[in-house]
Amino acid sequence: MRTPRFLALTTAALAVAGLTACAESDEGATASGGPVAVNATDTTCEVGSTTLAAGTATFAITNKGAKITEFYVYAPGDRIMGEIENIAPGLTRELRVELPAGTYETACKPGMVGRGLRGTLQVSGSAAPLTDDAALAEATASYQRYVQSQSAGLLEKTQEFVDAVKAGKVDEAKALFPVARTYWERIEPVAEIFGDLDPRIDGREEVIEEGMEFTGYHRLEKDLWETGDISRSGPIADQLMTDVKEIVAKATTAQLSPLNLANGAKELLDEVATGKITGEEDRYSHTDLWDFAANVEGSKAAIAALRPALEQRAPELVTQLDTGFADVDTALAKHRAGDGYKLHTELTEADLKELSDVINAVSEPISQVAAAVVK
Amino acid sequence: MRMSRRRMFTVAGAGLAGSAAAAGAVALHASRDAPAAPPHDAVDFYGAHQAGIVTPAQDRLHFVAFDVITKDRARLVALLRLWTEAAARMTAGLDAGPVGAVGGIPEAPPDDTGEALGLPPSGLTLTLGLGPGLFRTPEGVDRFDLAAQRPDALAELPRFPADKLDPALSGGDLCVQACANDPQVAVHAIRNLARIGMGTVSVRWSQLGFGRTSSTTQSQATPRNLFGFKDGTRNLKAEETELLRDHLWVQPGDGPSWMDGGSYLVTRKVRMVIETWDRAPLGEQEAIVGRTKGTGAPLGLTGEFDEPDLTTLPEDAHVRLAHPDANAGARMLRRGYNFVDGSDGLGRLDAGLFFIAYQRDPRTAFIPVQTNLARHDAMNEYLRHTSSALFAVPPGVPEGGFWAQQLFG
Repeated sequence: MRTPRFLALTTAALAVAGLTACAESDEGATASGGPVAVNATDTTCEVGSTTLAAGTATFAITNKGAKITEFYVYAPGDRIMGEIENIAPGLTRELRVELPAGTYETACKPGMVGRGLRGTLQVSGSAAPLTDDAALAEATASYQRYVQSQSAGLLEKTQEFVDAVKAGKVDEAKALFPVARTYWERIEPVAEIFGDLDPRIDGREEVIEEGMEFTGYHRLEKDLWETGDISRSGPIADQLMTDVKEIVAKATTAQLSPLNLANGAKELLDEVATGKITGEEDRYSHTDLWDFAANVEGSKAAIAALRPALEQRAPELVTQLDTGFADVDTALAKHRAGDGYKLHTELTEADLKELSDVINAVSEPISQVAAAVVK
Repeated sequence: MRMSRRRMFTVAGAGLAGSAAAAGAVALHASRDAPAAPPHDAVDFYGAHQAGIVTPAQDRLHFVAFDVITKDRARLVALLRLWTEAAARMTAGLDAGPVGAVGGIPEAPPDDTGEALGLPPSGLTLTLGLGPGLFRTPEGVDRFDLAAQRPDALAELPRFPADKLDPALSGGDLCVQACANDPQVAVHAIRNLARIGMGTVSVRWSQLGFGRTSSTTQSQATPRNLFGFKDGTRNLKAEETELLRDHLWVQPGDGPSWMDGGSYLVTRKVRMVIETWDRAPLGEQEAIVGRTKGTGAPLGLTGEFDEPDLTTLPEDAHVRLAHPDANAGARMLRRGYNFVDGSDGLGRLDAGLFFIAYQRDPRTAFIPVQTNLARHDAMNEYLRHTSSALFAVPPGVPEGGFWAQQLFG
């Protein structure tokens, strides 16, 4: 084990040369050659190339400013094709994104606020997209059907919830709240592609920025559970319905890539680990386990769509995922109550530890799915 | 060629390479028993005994206890193999996995977390222990077909008078002690082992220690604990080969042969009631300890290593009660660390000693000594034992082998 260091010490010059070579060969290439360099400062966003060949593009974003920045690639209508957040000053980070031919916008967001510093990006040609693989193409088609079905449920149950709120039926609205959210939570990563709608629909009180109103499910949740006074909640309810309709229209027509599915499956479990286990999501109603179950179901649905492709590419991963999800189901089943689940406040520390353990266990193989998809 | 931590480190210090090369070459073959290895060097992972016991005590600690959550013995063994590979790599100053923190494809999470990039091995040692629950759960279940292999010495510790143990901070099926001279390196090692173990094991509790409170070689000066006193003056030392054989290493015939060359590890988190101790007069503090605060000499004597006459010390003095002569010759190798976990809600320092002791058999070492101390020690007024654990530390890993292979075969 010690040889490497000894060699490195006596051949320091070689090591430097080796490093450079290694760094170049390790970086992903875009369809048109090396990564597109993006120089971001607090006031400028220089994108090395504004015309690209279709395929998987790699951007290397270097933050030369003093503020933390973000980088986005938007399709028309500000649909996020890819994003990388939290690039600290001095850092270079890479974003890989699959871009079919079309017109896009790039954006740096110094300080992580506002529309960002925009630029046009033209992508042409028809280089084989990932979805040319038949199994992967079927995966996205299959998952899109899932999004369609869940969207229908989301519209229907949110309408019932909104109607109950506006009719002043507190108990009915309370009963419908976790049901409507179930459909939302199953497909949340798809909804999150549409940047500003997500916080309006699902924003929690502390994430609402200054100058923005606290709206959406959680605002109504607060009214229902904390004050019990929904006499002035009508406009919020109407706004929620409008926003949900808009996001459904976008989500059901969005072109998803297999990477979206893989990352979505992972993000749903990350949501569980950070928001649901802790009881932060539904802090007034404590119906977090409903959301927990819905996130897991959504994650399973994305994996199910990818399954034929994964069986070809990484069969051992499929076995691990099956075992992992089965363990989650078993742990979750202990907390069923009626048609739903116990309240977060009814769970013991030991219950939460067990749920956390099973989520961590399945999250590990889930985090390998994206790499298997691009392999 | 992958970018390794070591290589980055070397490149950063390339200007020193000429003179450092010779020193590095010497250090490569330094045994872990050798005193005063440069603090950034690597310690051998493989050997007859696990590293991190008689290794010169490093300055920093991250200790973690795990519950095993799989019921599948093969999966447990597979994890021990994976852990061994990662531990051998990290103690050598390499990334935890072969791909590394930055060498992989963008779509996959890296197999190293990256916070040790550019840092030298820093004397990192990783030491594995097996808790009683691995052999039989508290409910009596023999999950891994190991119950017949449990040594008698690995029985749950008895409850000692005045114990205020938090069960969530005590016990564990497995433990890993990470010691290093850089806290980031120790934390990196535990974080990566926990990540690799996700789904097979679950972290039960962990503890950071920032300053060693014992010396394990004669070349190290005796450090001080948070009471301000030298601690570990009479510790077992790496050079005392015969004493180590008699008091530290499990010998053939002691129990099941898989433990030959191993040792037993007791950990205790001992909170110190800092604020009231600080108000105690110097004379009272010294009478409680049985040593002077300045030199560490036994009361009435002048040198730290002077042999105390126990009969001249107060009957409830810590040194008198803990002395081998008061405990049928019991000796342990102590390797504890000072800890500060911030402050509690009353503004008091949440601090104390994370006690670590290795021994051949806890039934003739820690248990009688602690029984004696818990009953009579004047220091108890200022101590709260909040966490306790016992682990069997299997012998060392032969090159190409894996942790605890003597048990799992």
